Amino acid sequence: MKKPLLSCLLGFVLLAAAALPASADGGDILIKNGTILTVTKGVIVKGDVLVMGGLIKQIGENISAPAGVRVVDATGRFVLPGIIDSHTHIALAGTNEGSEAITPEADVGTVINADDTSILTALSGGVTMVHTMHGSANPIGGPNVVLKTKWGRPSEELVVKEALPTLKFALGENVKQSGRTVQPGQIQRYPATRMGANAIIRREFLKAKNYMEQWDRYNKAAAAKNPPKNLVPPRQDLRMEVLAEVLRGNMVARCHSYQATETLEFMELAKELGFKIACFEHIWEGYKIADELAAAGIGISVFADSWAYKMEAAEGIAYNAGYCAKRGVLVSINSDSGERIRRLFNDAAKTMKYGGLSEEEALNLITINPAIQLGVDRIVGSLEVGKQGDIAIFNEHPMSAYTRCDMTIIEGDVYFDREAALKDREEAAKKAAAPRDKGGVS
Amino acid sequence: MTKRALLIALLVIILAPFASAQAKTPGLIAITNARIIPVVGGEIPKGTIIIKDGVIAAIGADVAVPPGAEVFDATGLRAYPGMIDGYSSLGLVEVSGVAATVDSRETGRVNPQARALEAVRYDSMHIPIARSNGITAAVVAPSGGLISGVSCLLRLDGWTNRAMAVKAAAAMHIELPGLRGARGGFGGMGRGGAQVRADGPTLLAELKELFNAARAYEKRRDAAAKNRLLALPEYNQTYECLLPLLKGEMPAMISVHSERDIRAAIAFVRDEKLKAVFYGVEQGFKAADEISKAGIPVVLGSLYDLPPVWEDGYDALFRNPGLLAKAGVKIAFSSSSASAAKDLPYHAAKAAAFGLDKTEALKAVTINTAEIFGVERTLGSLEKGKAANIVLADNDILELRTNIKRVYIDGREADLSNRYTELLEKFKRR
Repeated sequence: MKKPLLSCLLGFVLLAAAALPASADGGDILIKNGTILTVTKGVIVKGDVLVMGGLIKQIGENISAPAGVRVVDATGRFVLPGIIDSHTHIALAGTNEGSEAITPEADVGTVINADDTSILTALSGGVTMVHTMHGSANPIGGPNVVLKTKWGRPSEELVVKEALPTLKFALGENVKQSGRTVQPGQIQRYPATRMGANAIIRREFLKAKNYMEQWDRYNKAAAAKNPPKNLVPPRQDLRMEVLAEVLRGNMVARCHSYQATETLEFMELAKELGFKIACFEHIWEGYKIADELAAAGIGISVFADSWAYKMEAAEGIAYNAGYCAKRGVLVSINSDSGERIRRLFNDAAKTMKYGGLSEEEALNLITINPAIQLGVDRIVGSLEVGKQGDIAIFNEHPMSAYTRCDMTIIEGDVYFDREAALKDREEAAKKAAAPRDKGGVS
Repeated sequence: MTKRALLIALLVIILAPFASAQAKTPGLIAITNARIIPVVGGEIPKGTIIIKDGVIAAIGADVAVPPGAEVFDATGLRAYPGMIDGYSSLGLVEVSGVAATVDSRETGRVNPQARALEAVRYDSMHIPIARSNGITAAVVAPSGGLISGVSCLLRLDGWTNRAMAVKAAAAMHIELPGLRGARGGFGGMGRGGAQVRADGPTLLAELKELFNAARAYEKRRDAAAKNRLLALPEYNQTYECLLPLLKGEMPAMISVHSERDIRAAIAFVRDEKLKAVFYGVEQGFKAADEISKAGIPVVLGSLYDLPPVWEDGYDALFRNPGLLAKAGVKIAFSSSSASAAKDLPYHAAKAAAFGLDKTEALKAVTINTAEIFGVERTLGSLEKGKAANIVLADNDILELRTNIKRVYIDGREADLSNRYTELLEKFKRR
């Protein structure tokens, strides 16, 4: 891993240096004369956005820059909230603890990799926040984490503490391991069917309830005036501790699902056992059960049109996102990829053609909607006074195929600046072309 | 109303469509009031296209509608030539993760005998989706190994594979190693500073030997055909299938990615006297002048990929087409896919966002592709005498939001329903 890291650092060294923000607690910046797509408060055709101390202080016209504040001219360009990816696996040193079916103790938050160049890739596409998740190898994976794409900052500074704690669940082909050939001498991991996947999740939650009651009884007994002499605490179980948090409502489920049946049955499980589902992931057959999803108030985080890569994705129609949104489901478009993450705006735009969403509705799918899904819509997801200054600037309307991200700002600090990157590249090329000094020591 | 009057009225209603249909000449269609973007030749702000027997019989601003023509009023619509995908796996791959539905990749390394046309599933669910987005023809290519096989060029309409073939043998596919590290798949990890993995020049040397052996085989075979006293060489399918390539009857489509391999492949093509097309060419911008000088056209791979090496810059794949075109290289875009073949126009638009001229971007999904595969006399533009492959769109054909309203392939109005629309309609009815 050393070498790739080194060469990517070489490639981006100047950009990275420029990206290192001066302020750990939020920067100041004034963006002038852009078309401001606030997402929640309409469009200002020629407007300004002022960020002070990392927060949006003012949005309007003819705002003048306080002394010393950097001014970015956005004339002819589009200013929008930083894009949010509701489902990725970037910036992690590990994704899948798939050796067992149940691993809620395997927390991706403990393996954040702030040096992953996917963060730069994300920034180059205007992405300022990601929900980076445990993989889908097992029915109950681990807790996920929400990060800001603050390239160059230490991993603990990337974590968005305000976000809803989420636990990854998964159903279907990945969990069944239907794509895996069992080698001689190996046994197929349980579960190998959708029946088993459902049953094992039910079993674990019932065990967790049992575990919670054991502790309740113990705590009550221990708190009594005269605790029994031979009182022994139940054995602590890190898996049960996490599931208990889900049952208490302190964590919500994010569930990878594709087919309609498995999705409906997971909703039944949630009702039966009393936990909350925030969102279904991928859910290519969402359009078949849009009404059930809308009625249950469960969101979906989906691809625009990446489909037919496995059997359960063979009925994944490009209308899925747009149709579900029209039926009242809270929809976000995700990348699930270190490459697609830089063109989420293109994917969102596809819902205008497939599904008939308006420009505004399409833009919601990668801004305010994922913010709501992650429980951070009070602080990000739109350009509003008081929210964090996470902003992307595009040269053309972000829903146009011809658009390009020119600048990405997080909490008032510039983390991606295309113009600066091009200048750096030019200078590096000049340097490489220039004859080397002879005999000098550098 | 009297019974008699009722009867007459009924007859009029029933027979009306027949009466008007009888007055029409089959295969004669007039598209009127369209904003015509012919790609070759200037834009016509408001014009008419006459289709006769599958061919464009007339096109222009002052074209009269001939009597008997079925008229389609395209007011508010733009007319484009159908787009051509320069490299796809349409009909060879249905569900990529299910081996039973994948026919694109033969086992072994040298497979000049494998012909895409003979395996292409003409009723693939992916073809109508691509067609309904304005793509009317596609190169369908085998992949894998060193010599993957022979691609075909299909029109995306027809009831059998052979009926769809514009060119049964489009190119012989040769693959040089890719650049490790690209493509941001699941996880997005372990990439970054990548290095060229396998050795392109070594593989080219291997090909050289193979080609020499095939030429020697041909000599012995031909000599034996003339002289019955000579021993007939044992039939060798590999050599036999390489001969059209070596005689220049078929171009080589060489997947080539790194700067070093591009330079090596240019020399190889020159030395072996091949007709060649390069495919992929992610680092083409580093050898653009050389490619241009060699006169080798380029079909770009999917732009939905990361730069092969970070030093190329985050936007390397996006600006590469513009830099190649600027150097005078003839470029064409490809979906490099089956399930995402409909996205062809968006690769062109992405390149346009990063420096490629918009007119050039449109050419690179139409006329350039036709020229590269030698079908420019019938495909790639709206001109008199060409096949009537016409797309009517409500906006710029490369834009994501644009709706394709009507598609003609060889003068027939194509069915725009597809897997997407069928499933949507089914579940809308619930």
